[in-house]
Amino acid sequence: MNVQFTWAGFRQGARMVLPMLPSFAPFGLVVGVLAAGEGLSMLEAAVMSAMVFAGTSQLVALGAWGSPVPVLAVTLAVFVINMRMAPMSAALAPWFHGLRGWRLWLSLFTVTDHSFALSVSEMRRGQRDAAFLLGLGLPSWLWWTACVTMGHALSGVIELRPGHPLLFAGLATLCALLVTLWRGRGDLMPWGVAAGLALAVQAIGLGQPWPVLAGALGGSAAGAWRDLRA
Amino acid sequence: MTLRWDVLLAIICMALATYAARAGGYAVLRVWQPPRFVEAMLVHMPGCIFVAFILPSVATGGWRYAAAAAVAVLAMVLTRMLTLSIVLGVAALWLLAAAWP
Repeated sequence: MNVQFTWAGFRQGARMVLPMLPSFAPFGLVVGVLAAGEGLSMLEAAVMSAMVFAGTSQLVALGAWGSPVPVLAVTLAVFVINMRMAPMSAALAPWFHGLRGWRLWLSLFTVTDHSFALSVSEMRRGQRDAAFLLGLGLPSWLWWTACVTMGHALSGVIELRPGHPLLFAGLATLCALLVTLWRGRGDLMPWGVAAGLALAVQAIGLGQPWPVLAGALGGSAAGAWRDLRA
Repeated sequence: MTLRWDVLLAIICMALATYAARAGGYAVLRVWQPPRFVEAMLVHMPGCIFVAFILPSVATGGWRYAAAAAVAVLAMVLTRMLTLSIVLGVAALWLLAAAWP
C-alpha cells in the first residue's frame, strides 16, 4: 500500500472522533474518582492517564493499588489486560509498514479500541493516509487525560458508583463500533466461534484477557482456515 | 500536587507494559514475514477481538446489559449514527434499571 501521512488525514481523523468524545467522559471521570479514592494526587492521576492511556487497565490497576504501590502486581495486571492491543496493531500493519521514525512510534501509542475500529473500517474503505489514526488518537488522548483529572477534582462531589447506567456508554460505544466492522455473512462463522470461545473461557472462571485472547485467536483461526481451504 | 517515587515508578512500569502490548503486535510483523495462515487470521482479527471483548462484559451485566447492547447495535445498523446509538444504548439501560431495579 502506498501510505501517506498528511495534515489532511490527521484532520479527517480528528473530525471523526470529536462527536465520540462525550461517550468516553463517564469512564474517565470514574477512573479519576477511583484514583482519588486510592490516595493518588491529581498530578499522579493525570500523569498515569497521559502515560498509560488505556482505561480498562487503569481501572484494574487502581483496584490492586496499595501503599507502597505493588509495582509488579499492577504492571502485570495492566500488561495482561492490554495484550488484546497486540493483534490490533498487527491488523493495522498495512498503514504502519509505510511509516518510520516518530510517525510510526507515536501512531502506535494512540492505538485504542476506538481508534482501531474506526481505522480498520477506514482502511478497508481504501484510506491510505495513516495520519488518520493519529488524528483520532491525539484528541482522544487529551480528552481522556482531562476527564480523569476532572474526575479526580470532582471526587468529593460526583457520585458515579460501579453499575451506574452512564458507565454503559463505553460498552455501548464498542457495540456500535462492532457494527462498522461487519463485512457480510462471511463474518458470521468466525464471529460465532469468537463469541462461543470467549463465553466458554469466561464460564470456566478465567477473567480478562483470557476470554478475549481465546475468542480473537480462535475466531480468526476459524475464519482463516475456511478462507484458505476454499 | 505531590508525585511520589513509588507511584511514579508504578506508572512508568504500567506505561511501558502498555506500550509493549500496543506496539509489540506490529513490531513482530515488522521483522518477520508471517505465513499465509497468520495473514489470513489478521483479516478476521478486528471483528473477532471486538466480539470476544464485548460479550463477556455483557454477559456479566445480565439481561439488562444484553438488551441495552442489542439496542445500541440495532440503532447503529439502522441509522449508522454512532453518537445516537451510544445515547440510545445508555438510555435503554437506564430505563430497564429504573423499571426493574
